Amino acid sequence: MPEGGLNPKAVSTDGGPRIGVYVCHCGLNIAGKVDVKAVVEFAASLPHVTVARDYKFMCSDPGQELIQQDLRDGLVNRVVVASCSPLMHEATFRRATAAGGESPSHVQMASIREHVSWVTADGDDATEKAKALVAGAVRRVALHEVLEPRQSPVRPDVMVVGGGIAGIHAALTLADAGKHVYLVERETTIGGHMAKFDKTFPTLDCAACILTPKMSAVRTHPNITLWTYSDVVSVEGYAGDFRVRVRHRPRYVREDLCTGCLACIDACVHKQGKFEDEWNEGLSKRKPIYIPFPQATPPVVVVDREACIWFKTGKCPRTCVDACERDAFDFEQTETFDEVEVGAIILATGYRTFDASRMPEYGYGLYPNVYTSLEVERLLNAAGPTNGEIVLRDGSRPRTVGIIHCVGSRDAKHNLWCSKVCCMYSLKLAHMVKERIGAEVYNFYIDMRTPGKGYEEFYDKVLREGVHMVRGRVAGVTDEAASPEEEGHLVIRAEDTLIGSVRRIPVDMVILAVGIEPQPDAQEVRRLFNVSCGSEGFFTERHPKLAPVSTFTDGIFLAGACQGPKDIPDSVAQAGAAAAEALAMIDRGHVTLESSTAFIDDAACSGCKTCVGLCPFGAIAFDEDRKKAAVNEVVCKGCGICVGACPSGAAQQHLFTDAQILSEIEGVLEYV
Amino acid sequence: MSETDRPFEPRIVAFFCTWCTYTAADLAGISRMQYAPNVRAIRLMCSGRVDPQFVLAAFRDGADGVLIGGCHPGDCHYQEGNVNALRRFELLRRMLRDFGIEEGRVRLEWISAAEGDKVQRVCNEMTERVRALGPLRLEPGPRRRVGVGVVPVGAAEAAAGPAAGEASEPVGVLETEGREAR
Repeated sequence: MPEGGLNPKAVSTDGGPRIGVYVCHCGLNIAGKVDVKAVVEFAASLPHVTVARDYKFMCSDPGQELIQQDLRDGLVNRVVVASCSPLMHEATFRRATAAGGESPSHVQMASIREHVSWVTADGDDATEKAKALVAGAVRRVALHEVLEPRQSPVRPDVMVVGGGIAGIHAALTLADAGKHVYLVERETTIGGHMAKFDKTFPTLDCAACILTPKMSAVRTHPNITLWTYSDVVSVEGYAGDFRVRVRHRPRYVREDLCTGCLACIDACVHKQGKFEDEWNEGLSKRKPIYIPFPQATPPVVVVDREACIWFKTGKCPRTCVDACERDAFDFEQTETFDEVEVGAIILATGYRTFDASRMPEYGYGLYPNVYTSLEVERLLNAAGPTNGEIVLRDGSRPRTVGIIHCVGSRDAKHNLWCSKVCCMYSLKLAHMVKERIGAEVYNFYIDMRTPGKGYEEFYDKVLREGVHMVRGRVAGVTDEAASPEEEGHLVIRAEDTLIGSVRRIPVDMVILAVGIEPQPDAQEVRRLFNVSCGSEGFFTERHPKLAPVSTFTDGIFLAGACQGPKDIPDSVAQAGAAAAEALAMIDRGHVTLESSTAFIDDAACSGCKTCVGLCPFGAIAFDEDRKKAAVNEVVCKGCGICVGACPSGAAQQHLFTDAQILSEIEGVLEYV
Repeated sequence: MSETDRPFEPRIVAFFCTWCTYTAADLAGISRMQYAPNVRAIRLMCSGRVDPQFVLAAFRDGADGVLIGGCHPGDCHYQEGNVNALRRFELLRRMLRDFGIEEGRVRLEWISAAEGDKVQRVCNEMTERVRALGPLRLEPGPRRRVGVGVVPVGAAEAAAGPAAGEASEPVGVLETEGREAR
């Protein structure tokens, strides 16, 4: 039996350990490298091991049944599964063990796939390392305590962060299911990137026609609290019980009074727009008081404090205020805060497009008629700066247009990934330019990527419309003419790999198909919500295939392009999945909490209070009368920081006690 | 690894936090990045859980090197467990120096969940460095086993002891008795 220092309930009362070791082949993933039979033989020789078996796929039903049968037969009461990473299947084998009638905490996994067979070149080395990890697991599981899974109730409300199409769809799905949703959007309107587009591929649906009804449904839904011009400033708690603090930035116009009549904008002392209109990608000017676009939701104007004469000088007749029949202006508004408690959070924080000025060879910012695709989306949009007219900056119509694919994508100097949407939207832009103004359109592509329902067909349609396709990466854009016909044009220089020569194609307008990148503040958002990012900055899903909308933080789900480049159909599908996952959690009514909480051995506690100050969650209280520390297990998140620091060994952590870890250390070193 | 005619293969115990470095090691696996088989990773919830005692115990039990992996500063799943790990590591390093254990035998690295390649690189570097240092030679101190499943002491002691035929300079005795024997 283990010596003291353990919580009384942690000591096994089942007459000593009888350990079953189950070595998984994982098809050939493990067995192709590790000598599984040798590992089984080795495991059988270890103390307290009563059963050692191997099986093709331990995670399969028959594999789990092997364990359960041995448990039912009383052959084993502790389980070591040597297979994949515990992050992959620990939950599976805990469930299987519980179903076999044993405490789910009597399981330990040895990762002989991710940590051995997949990373080790030599088979003998791999087998030896697998034995060492199995020995560590066997030694440690002998000391595992019986822990009942702790459950915590789940609050029924959900927060959705980000009001693009993904956030909108997730919010509406949850609200329709009767859950209350707080939808937080940092811009002044919801709609996201989709609201900027004119048409969507491949069906050429009008973006506004399919999006604005959903936007208005969000606004009027009784189960949705919509907070725009707001952001999340802090998140506390855990799955099922998050406390989220939201900051509302001042619009200087009361949202509850403004009807969106826009009379104030007409009345502003600025007769013309003077400030860069962010919504139109800077292609037009707006006034200090504005609304991003007519269908903005909520339809509430906002005052730009940096631009407004009243804020800058205190001297303005404030004709806007006089024009407002509802008396909605409030120049004294300040930031306000709300704190809400929700059970689940869906992150749908979206993406940004690649900054084309990072590729100076394409002349963005240098030549006025080089545009980004997002700018052209605005030009095409009937509610955009030119009311849907495709015109150059001097007002003339381009007769030839060159579209350069993969700007910032599939590029070792910038982003390695394919942004997934650019081929299709470039084809869409080509089609629309041709349809609207009959210009000659050249698409410069590396590879044409059009997987998706109806996508290849769309490509085919655009080809038949006579759009020119040049296969090759564009070297540069220049205004230096090499021949009379190039005079006055921009010249796109590209290798045409299909005809095997370099071409110079003069055009009037260049469209750069900029790729998708993580939001610039993805790292801060990630930290705020305690989720992880890949090195490129997209949020990491719990499993790329089997848990694509979950994160490693329970209760926090992902939707849309914050997780990786996605088009609208994919974003909507993922938003629905995220809503379903959140619903499943809420309707289950409880979550199972991390079992690895800390506890204090009263007798050993010297009352030094080291742990109290170290706990990041304030989970340790000090009883001044008894001079002992005590852990609040509901608040404890199970990191073990206090345990590592306790000078008298009084603080311990379930499933990570000193004794268990020391045994594992011995185990991994003892035999091989 | 018991044959004496085989070249020295260091044994390195690693303590990886589950959120970043252990996940990164999984990623290295998923990406099939090959690296030295010498590192045996023990999963902890947080690098802040690493008790200096674990490092001492690993050396006592026969490890030639110890690697600790945690989240980058600011990225800790538990806010600042990794900072605690760093503080303790600095103190520990000083203590190990006093024991005569070379600095190259311990290493603390911040490896995020996305850095599978860093796991590969650090494990390879660590293995090479410890290989160059040679086996850790400690005078066998009193061993106090923990838990059940105690095995005869002989074999393991030999593994931790000086390798036959090599010039050995006593580098101190590790006394970690007490904590685990509570």
